[in-house]
Amino acid sequence: MIKPPLQGDFYQRDRRWHPPALSQEYKTSVTRSPQFPLISLENTVSEITGPAFGHNDINATDNDLLSNFAQPGGSPIGERIIVHGRVLDENARPVPNTLVEIWQANASGRYRHKKDTYLGALDPNFGGCGRTLTDENGCYHFRTVKPGAYPWRNRVNDWRPAHIHVSVFGTGFAQRLITQLYFEGDPLIARCPIVNTIPDPEAVEMLVARLDINATIPLDTIAYRFDIVLRGRRSTMFENRMEGN
Amino acid sequence: MRQKLVYLKETPSQTAGPYVHIGLAPGAAGFEIYEQELGWDIAGPNARGERIRVEGVVTDGTGSPVKDVLLEAWQANSDGIYAHPEHTGEVEDGFRGWGRVITDFETGEWGLDTVKPGPVMGRGDQMMAPHINLWIVARGINVGLNTRIYFDDEAAANAADPVLNVIEWERRRATLIARRALRDGLAVYRFDIRLQGEDETVFFDI
Ligand SMILES: [Fe+2]
Repeated sequence: MIKPPLQGDFYQRDRRWHPPALSQEYKTSVTRSPQFPLISLENTVSEITGPAFGHNDINATDNDLLSNFAQPGGSPIGERIIVHGRVLDENARPVPNTLVEIWQANASGRYRHKKDTYLGALDPNFGGCGRTLTDENGCYHFRTVKPGAYPWRNRVNDWRPAHIHVSVFGTGFAQRLITQLYFEGDPLIARCPIVNTIPDPEAVEMLVARLDINATIPLDTIAYRFDIVLRGRRSTMFENRMEGN
Repeated sequence: MRQKLVYLKETPSQTAGPYVHIGLAPGAAGFEIYEQELGWDIAGPNARGERIRVEGVVTDGTGSPVKDVLLEAWQANSDGIYAHPEHTGEVEDGFRGWGRVITDFETGEWGLDTVKPGPVMGRGDQMMAPHINLWIVARGINVGLNTRIYFDDEAAANAADPVLNVIEWERRRATLIARRALRDGLAVYRFDIRLQGEDETVFFDI
């Protein structure tokens, strides 16, 4: 089957699937949420295009958080995990050669950031960030340690479930996305005000990485699977190509 | 049998949180890890056109500066061409047109150095005035916010811009116009972003 070219607009974002800007339980959002409705814009070339990255931009080892900040002979403390999956679009097509960046706390729930003062210890062998490009099939993988839960100032006793922050580009600026990956079975997920900004439980499920025993390396590293879906584009049957392209 | 539509749902967004720098600008978080951080040079050394700086502060609904925000810029070169295979035309060697900007942790001030983009052809052969596309993430922002920077020395082009004209309330359009001044011979534009409240910046659902 010949697939029609994907050169049209991105599908409209389903704003009921994403969290609303304002959610009372996540207190910081209250003063940082626009009150006027967003102005809806039909895609122009400014939204359909976006930055591209190549293997000159990053190092091949940037995706290994077990080693990318470790001192010689050292290794971070914590449960060794692989996080892997595919970046797809809403048409279920792989998104190749796109930049995926992650950041996370270490195994004790502490971030390597000058503004983080949590009493969990810093790990001298763990930086907490990684990046990679998806391959031609949209696949990516990282090696890291499982992050710890940590407390945060919202209500007095709020704890973030273990999570990894994930940033993805796609091919157009309109696909730009930052999200968070959670881990299957974590009882803190359901209690988290940030998770609960997402209204639909089915949407939350998309953020829960699954234990992937088949991808686990025996006697070495446990694997979790996390697929990412970016906005899809209309095919351009029965219409002229967009001007300016 | 009922026809099936097979589409996936987009991964839902979550806030970038206060420690976004670790992932996207680790030097600002306080450590060196990558051989090269991405996004510090938007236009590159060979870009034609006028070198400019755009500065501002992002404020919240109480009028306080947002100090943990990260902005990404996406722009065309001075000929109005994006560095992207779907946009016909050449850009200068080293011109990416994309960059990242973070704020000063004490003051919330940010600044981006680039070249002024040219006008870009929009939908229906309507020319868009020169603009820089912005994407804004921070703690407390659940889905990244999209807006555009236009330039106040482009009054005629702005008046005809099909995107500005989509904004029903004329006085709200002014929130997207950066104000030009000269500082030591360099064009510096002021572009403050108000997330909420009086003169709230226009944000787009793109
Ligand atoms: Fe976090």
